[in-house]
Amino acid sequence: MFDLFPNLQLLSFGEGGWGPSLLRGLLSTVQIAIGAYILGLAIGLAGALGKLHGGSVTKTLLEIYTTLVRAVPELVLILLLYYAGTAALNQVLEAFGYDPVDISGLIAGIVVLGVVQGAYSTEVIRGAIRAIPRGQIEAAQAYGMPPMTLLTRITIPAMIPFAMPGLANLWLIVMKDTALLAVVGFTELATTTRQAAGSTRSYLMFYVAAACLYLALTLISNVAFRALEKRSRRGQPELS
Amino acid sequence: MRWDWIITYLPDFIDGLIITVQLLTMSIVIGMTFAIPIGLVQVTGPRWLGKIAQGFCTVVRGTPLLIQLWLLYYGVGTLFPSIPGIRESFMWPYLRDAFPYALLAFSISVAGYEGEVMRGAFKSVPKGELEAARAFGMGRFTLLRRIWLPRAFQNVLPTLAGEFVLTLKSTPLAATITVFDVYGVGTMVRSETYRIYEPLLFIAGIYIVLTGIIVVFFRWLENRVPRAV
Repeated sequence: MFDLFPNLQLLSFGEGGWGPSLLRGLLSTVQIAIGAYILGLAIGLAGALGKLHGGSVTKTLLEIYTTLVRAVPELVLILLLYYAGTAALNQVLEAFGYDPVDISGLIAGIVVLGVVQGAYSTEVIRGAIRAIPRGQIEAAQAYGMPPMTLLTRITIPAMIPFAMPGLANLWLIVMKDTALLAVVGFTELATTTRQAAGSTRSYLMFYVAAACLYLALTLISNVAFRALEKRSRRGQPELS
Repeated sequence: MRWDWIITYLPDFIDGLIITVQLLTMSIVIGMTFAIPIGLVQVTGPRWLGKIAQGFCTVVRGTPLLIQLWLLYYGVGTLFPSIPGIRESFMWPYLRDAFPYALLAFSISVAGYEGEVMRGAFKSVPKGELEAARAFGMGRFTLLRRIWLPRAFQNVLPTLAGEFVLTLKSTPLAATITVFDVYGVGTMVRSETYRIYEPLLFIAGIYIVLTGIIVVFFRWLENRVPRAV
């Protein structure tokens, strides 16, 4: 039989090894994922509040946003947002008399994936806020708590246990979605892997290596989120 | 915005649409065929088989589909030509084409994600119903066919609808290994016409319509199955 992995040295950190490049790719994947996740959470919280308390125009616009993002493939959205986003930004800059800029891959990736994540986060957070017993909010209002304090002291802490499973899932999704950025050429793990595989012709080995790295990220995240979920539920009765 | 290219490329888009729909339906059918036993063994055992099924689901769900696709097409696919005699075998035309690799990757993906869904579905069927069936002297396969499977599906139809929409949304990835689905045709049109947005908006519209069809179909299906009490 033929040798499946003829040259494991290619993965090493020494001379001629792709180890450092792969790790750099992994690092930017994690960076983009964390940035997009946080941006998505911010959009999600704002979107959820808008859907629950906003006027009819806000509600309709948010409904269109979440429906469209959840019906159009991420790959198409990434291309649309990337080209449309950079073109729009440069038009705005030009209108104000600035020179057009080249947006860095990192920022563009974060914004594009963040907007996609925001739609899913909106739905998760909206569901979680609605699961908070009405009485808790009413009690805070009865104490005369202003809306902002109510949000930070009651709504957000009380919603987190309900939102945790959904949010954990979204983190796993955004981490895997970063691989899609390879199609528009951002440098992250999938792109690095493709370059490494192409230039060494050891396709199988590098793709297996990349899959292992993503899997490791997922498994570590699973452990972390299980601990977080347990912590967010402390003092609450066990779910069956 | 200019849309006059649509008429020229309409036949290509229809071909692409057929490929997309084929890829979607075939991978759902093949994937679900495996997802049912994968979910079932995790509930019934034997333990070691359940562990293997669980491991399979974790690996499939823990790695990006794009990497799986490239691993199969570029990784495994490039090994075949080195096997002696394979170029003369009847398998060669299939091994050379990209579509079977895409189909395999998507089927594995559906099997992994829906295996997890089916595990939950099988577990959610009340024990009493299964015991009642056994008390009637129902055989194991009759029980599965008449009670367990229908009840499990009834519980997860809405979840499956959402999952299949996600599968549809991932089919454009096949274009990265030269399958000419709707997205692939869109990319071709973009590079030939130099229009950046219009083809993208057009294919976005196609996917919205396809998503709508899946959602409506499953709503119809949900209304047809009797409500769980």
